[in-house]
Amino acid sequence: MTNTPRKMSRRDVLKQTTAVGLAAATSFIPMRPSIGQQAKVKVGLLLPYTGTYAALGHNITDAMKLGFAEAGNKLGGREFEIIQVDSEADPAKAAANTNKLIVGAKVDFLSGPVHSGVAMAMAKIAREEGTITIVSNAGANAVTREMCGSNIFRTSFSNWQVCYPMGIEMARRGLKRVASVTWNYAAGKEMIGAFREGFEKGGGSVTKEILVPFPNVEFQANLTEIASLQPDAVFAFFAGAGAVKFVKDYAEAGLKARIPLYGAGFLTDGTLRAQGQAAEGVFTTLHYADSLSLPANVRFREAFKKSVNRDADVYAVQGYDTATLLIRAMDSVKGDTRATKALVAAMEEVKFDSPRGPWHFSKSHNPVQDIYLREVKNGDNAVVGVAQKAVSDPGTGCATA
Amino acid sequence: MDPGAIAIQVLNGLQYGLLLFLIAAGLTLIFGILGVINLAHGSFYMIGAYLAYWLSEKTGSLALAIALALPASLLLGWLVERLAIAFLYQRDHLYQVLLTYGLILIFNEMQRIIWGNDVHGVTLPAQLAGVIPLTDLQSYPVYRLFISLICMLIAVGMYVTIHSTRLGMMIRAGSSSREMVQLLGIDVGRLFGVVFSAGAALTAFAGMLSAPINSVYPGMGENILIVSFVVVVIGGIGSIKGAFVGSIMIGLADTFGKVMVPEFSSVVVYALMAAVLLWRPQGLFGEK
Repeated sequence: MTNTPRKMSRRDVLKQTTAVGLAAATSFIPMRPSIGQQAKVKVGLLLPYTGTYAALGHNITDAMKLGFAEAGNKLGGREFEIIQVDSEADPAKAAANTNKLIVGAKVDFLSGPVHSGVAMAMAKIAREEGTITIVSNAGANAVTREMCGSNIFRTSFSNWQVCYPMGIEMARRGLKRVASVTWNYAAGKEMIGAFREGFEKGGGSVTKEILVPFPNVEFQANLTEIASLQPDAVFAFFAGAGAVKFVKDYAEAGLKARIPLYGAGFLTDGTLRAQGQAAEGVFTTLHYADSLSLPANVRFREAFKKSVNRDADVYAVQGYDTATLLIRAMDSVKGDTRATKALVAAMEEVKFDSPRGPWHFSKSHNPVQDIYLREVKNGDNAVVGVAQKAVSDPGTGCATA
Repeated sequence: MDPGAIAIQVLNGLQYGLLLFLIAAGLTLIFGILGVINLAHGSFYMIGAYLAYWLSEKTGSLALAIALALPASLLLGWLVERLAIAFLYQRDHLYQVLLTYGLILIFNEMQRIIWGNDVHGVTLPAQLAGVIPLTDLQSYPVYRLFISLICMLIAVGMYVTIHSTRLGMMIRAGSSSREMVQLLGIDVGRLFGVVFSAGAALTAFAGMLSAPINSVYPGMGENILIVSFVVVVIGGIGSIKGAFVGSIMIGLADTFGKVMVPEFSSVVVYALMAAVLLWRPQGLFGEK
């Protein structure tokens, strides 16, 4: 045995190749900056493309692509590529998926997600790694509060932001005693908390906070309770299947005529077709409405319809704005992705004439935007007016703000 | 709570319980007689609801949709029993659990492919869309009363079938001793097929009835499956009477739990199950 020359094992081959490779790689490093300008910019998207939220993920992505295409498919004069990872809206996979993009694909910009649980994991990693990250939907308050960072931006909304103005508005309408109802989970509690804050500030009082186990959609018992409480109005937050069911049940129980229903915009957004007549007359607040008569909105909706043959919605607008933000910021640094500080400064300065109306970033990088009061009329969220102008999330607990 | 509100909550609880009974009755029969743990039972509920939505969109009438969907779900139940479940009667429960879990995945994916992942609503028939005012403040939807009535009629029909027909005799015999029934020369294969497809159709029917009041959405089958198992365990496996009492108990416990202890409302039904099991491990009407 000792005499026979040892055959080179696969492991040895690997070792040697790696060594050579490493040496080669190291010797190339000094040259990288000069290549950098020519290399493609990488934009990573962590969005749900399957499951319950798939439609949201696709609308955000397609609107981003539309935005890029309108700008000539260049970012600061450079070619770019979009790397899509399906988040499955699964918080348990969020860290691994984020790392796939930041560490694996080494993206220059990261954007997504829809689900707040995914956003928390994503923001945490992005903060450590320093990758410029743009949250294009998830509304968890913490993203631009406790979890905020100089490299973390949000182009959508905070849960607080869409509900606080409704509290103010309902108090302004002379409502005194209101019952609230939502699912017993983080987003629900943030929405209801913000509503209560606004409503109590305006002099109203929330007589009962009803929390329904998530994601239960049998509301009959709660509706009977609401009927016997006789509040002046009800404020509700549900989304998706829960929103459809709650609004229908509320009308079916004969409550709508006696106790007006108010809610966060998601109660009647993307759900009107399924809700039908039951949603008529429901008031909601949101940072967008499909029927906004702004020229930018009309133009965007036409372009979106033409490019993907679907109607744009609030999620598409958020995606479109995310693309606009990237285009403007990259233009102002002439495509130099290494100039992180200048990029962040440029993003902070960007002012939008978005389909939702003009907005800019607050100190904690959340949009300062108008929140619209909408009423469901003829199966559409018709804009009644602005519930509150230039609403800025307080950004409580954000160290950089 | 005033007495009027309590009375309505009782109605709410009964209505929910009666609907649960349709689902749990099938589940308990299939487990009691076929000896199969049918995890895909909830899928029939989901399929029933989607068929009601789809066919009522096509035909413009919920009644017509149900008339078409009922035979379809009977047939589907029969096919599933003949083509899949029938091969596993001699096997361990683990195989059945694996197979029926696989069926859940298949049915859910089929639902996604055929109907997409959107939430759908089903329009109430105009004759049943109103509400009945009960007190000054409270009113009760006619359709929910209608559902309760239908469910009660079915419950009575099942009672009569099981206690006074030849099929019922075979079912009763099958649930107390499957081997004995086989030894007596009864065509067990046919009996199993009938029980399984009837159970599947009952569940699908529950899905159709509840489609207008529960919107139609992906994953609705799994939610109802868990509660149905709780009912079966409380009532005692294989006992229709147990399924009835268990359903009503769960319906009432869930309804009052939501109103009186909202913080713990998701726990109430399971606490009830635990309490019953501590007192009677075989369930209220279970044998052994």
